[in-house]
Formats: sequence, structure tokens, C-alpha cells
Amino acid sequence: MAVLKCENVTMSYEGVSVFENLNFEINSGDYLCIVGENGSGKSTLMKGLLGLRRPARGRIIYGDGLMQNQIGYLPQQSAVQRDFPASVYEVVLSGTLNSRGMRPFYSKKEKQLANRNMERLSITHLKKRCYRELSGGQQQRVLLARALCATKSLLLLDEPVTGLDPVVSGELYALISDINKSDNITVIMVSHDITESVKNASHILHIESKRCFFGSIQEYLTSSVSNVFIGE
Amino acid sequence: MGYSISEILSYTFMQRAIIVGVPVALCAALLGVSLILKRYSMIGDGLSHVGFGALALAAAMNLAPLKVAIPIVVLSSFLLLRISDSSKIRGDGAVAILSSSALAVGIVVTSVTGGLNTDLYSYLFGSILALKQDDVVLSLVLCAVVLFIYIFFYNKIFSVTFDENFSQATGIRAKNYNMIIALLTSLTVVLGMQIMGTLLISSLIIFPGLTAMRVFKSYKSVVISAAIQSVFCVVSGLIISFYAETATGATVVCINLVCFVIFWLFGFIKERN
Repeated sequence: MAVLKCENVTMSYEGVSVFENLNFEINSGDYLCIVGENGSGKSTLMKGLLGLRRPARGRIIYGDGLMQNQIGYLPQQSAVQRDFPASVYEVVLSGTLNSRGMRPFYSKKEKQLANRNMERLSITHLKKRCYRELSGGQQQRVLLARALCATKSLLLLDEPVTGLDPVVSGELYALISDINKSDNITVIMVSHDITESVKNASHILHIESKRCFFGSIQEYLTSSVSNVFIGE
Repeated sequence: MGYSISEILSYTFMQRAIIVGVPVALCAALLGVSLILKRYSMIGDGLSHVGFGALALAAAMNLAPLKVAIPIVVLSSFLLLRISDSSKIRGDGAVAILSSSALAVGIVVTSVTGGLNTDLYSYLFGSILALKQDDVVLSLVLCAVVLFIYIFFYNKIFSVTFDENFSQATGIRAKNYNMIIALLTSLTVVLGMQIMGTLLISSLIIFPGLTAMRVFKSYKSVVISAAIQSVFCVVSGLIISFYAETATGATVVCINLVCFVIFWLFGFIKERN
């Protein structure tokens, strides 16, 4: 059974449909990159997958026992966060909230989970630092640690490397691949960077208003869609 | 001059002012931090104007002021939240429309029914002399409710304030927590209006948080600092206004301003080093 399935999904933005009749499904452990030009609807689709926005037509189905509170999400940074007074630890710890129900305070187990994820992303030394004073790469690691605290099975990332230099981007991609492989967490990533996507992902979803492509990396590389886009 | 602190505290109206002022200041500061960060600063201001309109109505109909004002202000806060979330009308425009209309309705109602009386005047500029025994009891109960709910949901309020989309996407009902913040804010605004007045209550909400953010860098330290400083400003404002015979609400705001400048300077120097 697929973890996530889109059936004839049409998403619209202020009444205008961005893309139509999208069909795809991903299974546990897959690594899907969603690529496409600016304005093709990648972020809109992401919002749909997260349940933040309803599709105009069609259905987005969570399968395999996936619940909303088992999803980890790395959003694009918002303006609010750039002047928000919060320590790294506070941000990472807030990722554990979704599995907690009504209980008001953090338990020891949740604090351990937060510490473990900070360790994993090598940001333990930043624990007490103020989030807004960190570099872009460090901030992304903090948000990724928070997403890891929130997820048990599915991680969605919205353009995680935007604004980062190539070295830092490379490190982040390596981390995401590792999370996908060693923790068997399904990854869905929206990306601009087609070359990196092809290197890391197991599947590609290429969105265009006229036609969308979905398939494995091998299928994608031999398709006509990729040739135009990569320019080979 | 010539009064000792214990003499001041022997006056019933000062006791009432402090009993109401301290918990209201605490609530205002705690909620203020979230409101500032969510860019909802002006909601407090808008709601206080709605509160004024509601009080004018209550006075015209001879009803108990707080019991009329609280439900009306709570409802308007939900309305404001709804409008802020929809992209059709910008949030700040909506607040401006609602607050000036409510103020206007309030003034029209009072002029029809016999001009500004002392009660309304005291709600406009705040007056600790107008606090009655019933108001004190109701205020204490509501403040206790606000504090309890805030502490109970503290971590979720943090998460929703920091990143609403993340919270929503990972299965936290962010919209509900926005409603809780709006509800608590309306209660605090109505209670605070008694001391601070319609025109100055929003400063009680905004100042402590903004001041704390000059110096402190983690959410918890900002919240704690704002709470302590807010209580300090209200208590010292009450005492100073007694000695100096100045308007209480305005005195509290002036002390808040002084605190803000001190914290800002301190933060500025700290950053340069």
C-alpha cells in the first residue's frame, strides 16, 4: 500500500488551476524529488500534500497507517522567524509536540529525542544559541532537527537549500540521503536543483502545466521531459 | 507627599487597583509576546476600542459593563482573526475599520443617551477609582483562567507562534490555538481597560514583550522578563501616580517607555561588544 497517493489531483491558486489531473503514488522508503519551473505549482502541491490546502479536484490519500502527526516538515523560512527570539533547543523540542496530545509539558523522552536529533545534525554546541543569529545553513539544520523530532515515517522538505552555498548544500543533501536510507524515512523534496535531485532521489515528479512526469530516476533520464529541462 | 507605602496600601481603591493590576499586567505581558511575534500588535488596540463601544452600549441600557463588554470583545476578536487570515482584506485595515467604527458607535450612543458620564470617561482614560468590589472578583477569576490556560498551552502557543504552517502540517490544530490566543487577549483587554483606559491598554500588551526582546534571546527568557517587568511597571506606576497625582494609565505607560529605552540601550551596547 502506498504511503501517499494522489488521484487526479488538480490544485488551483485563487481560482486558476496550477496543474491538472496529477497522478502518482509513493511507497515507504522512497525518495521523491518534485521539480519544475518557478510557478509550476511545486509549493502549492506541497501544501496539498501537507493538508494545508485542499485540492480543487481529486484526492490526496495517506496510506499505510500514516497519520498527520507522523509527518515531519521543513518549510521555507518565513519572515516572522527572522526576528523571533528562540533558542535552538526550544525550536527543536517543539517538533516533538505533535505526538503528545494534551499533556502540557515536555517529558524526559521528548527531551532525549530532541537531544539525539541535535547530536545527529551536529548542532548540539548551538543548543543555547539564539536561532535568528545563526547562519543560513545552521538554521536549516535546526529546522531539519525539528522535522526529525516530528516524523516517524515521512519527511517533506520545501526547497531546503535555497540561499545556501554549495558546500553547505552538499552537506545537507548528504544528511537527507542518510536519513532516507538508514532510518527508512520516506522523503519528499521540492527542489530547484535538478542535478542534485537526480543524484539523490529514487523518483522524480516533474510538474508542468501541460504535462507532468512521474517515474523512477532511470525512466526520467530517458524521458523527453528531462532532456529539455537538464539541457543534455 | 508624606505618605508611606503602607499608608498608600491602606486605601481600598489602591488595594483594588493592585489586586487587579498585577494579574492583568502578567496576562498582558505573556500574551503580548505572542501577539507581537505574530504581527497582531494592533489587535489589542482594536479590541479596546470595541470594548469602549460595548461599554457605551451597556451604560445606555443600564447593564453591568463587564458582562456586556466581555462577550462582544471576544466575538470581535474571532472576527478579526478570521479577517486577518483571509487575504482579501489586509489585517491592519480590518483592525482600523473595526476599531474606529466601534469607537464611533460608542460615542454616538452616549451622545444620544445623555453625554459622556464619568464611568465612560474613566473607561476612555482609565481610572482606579471606578473599580468596584464585583469588578475585582470577576477580574481575579478571569485572570486566573487566562494564566492557567496560557501555562497549560505554553509550548503549543510557542510552536504555533514560531511556525504556524509547520504546526498545522504536523498535526497540531494551529487555528484552535490562534483562537485561544484571541480569546485570552480579549479577556485581558477588557479587564485592563479599567485601569489603563481604552486608549492606553494596548501599550500594556505590547511594551513588555518588545522591551524584553531588546535583550533576551530565548522565548522563555523573553516571556519571563516581560512578565516581571510588566508587573513592576504597573505597581510602580500606581504608586508614583498616587504621589505625583498623575493619571494612572498614562504613568504606567511612561514607566514602560523608560524601561524600553533602558533595555534598548543595554541591548545596543551588548551587541556592539
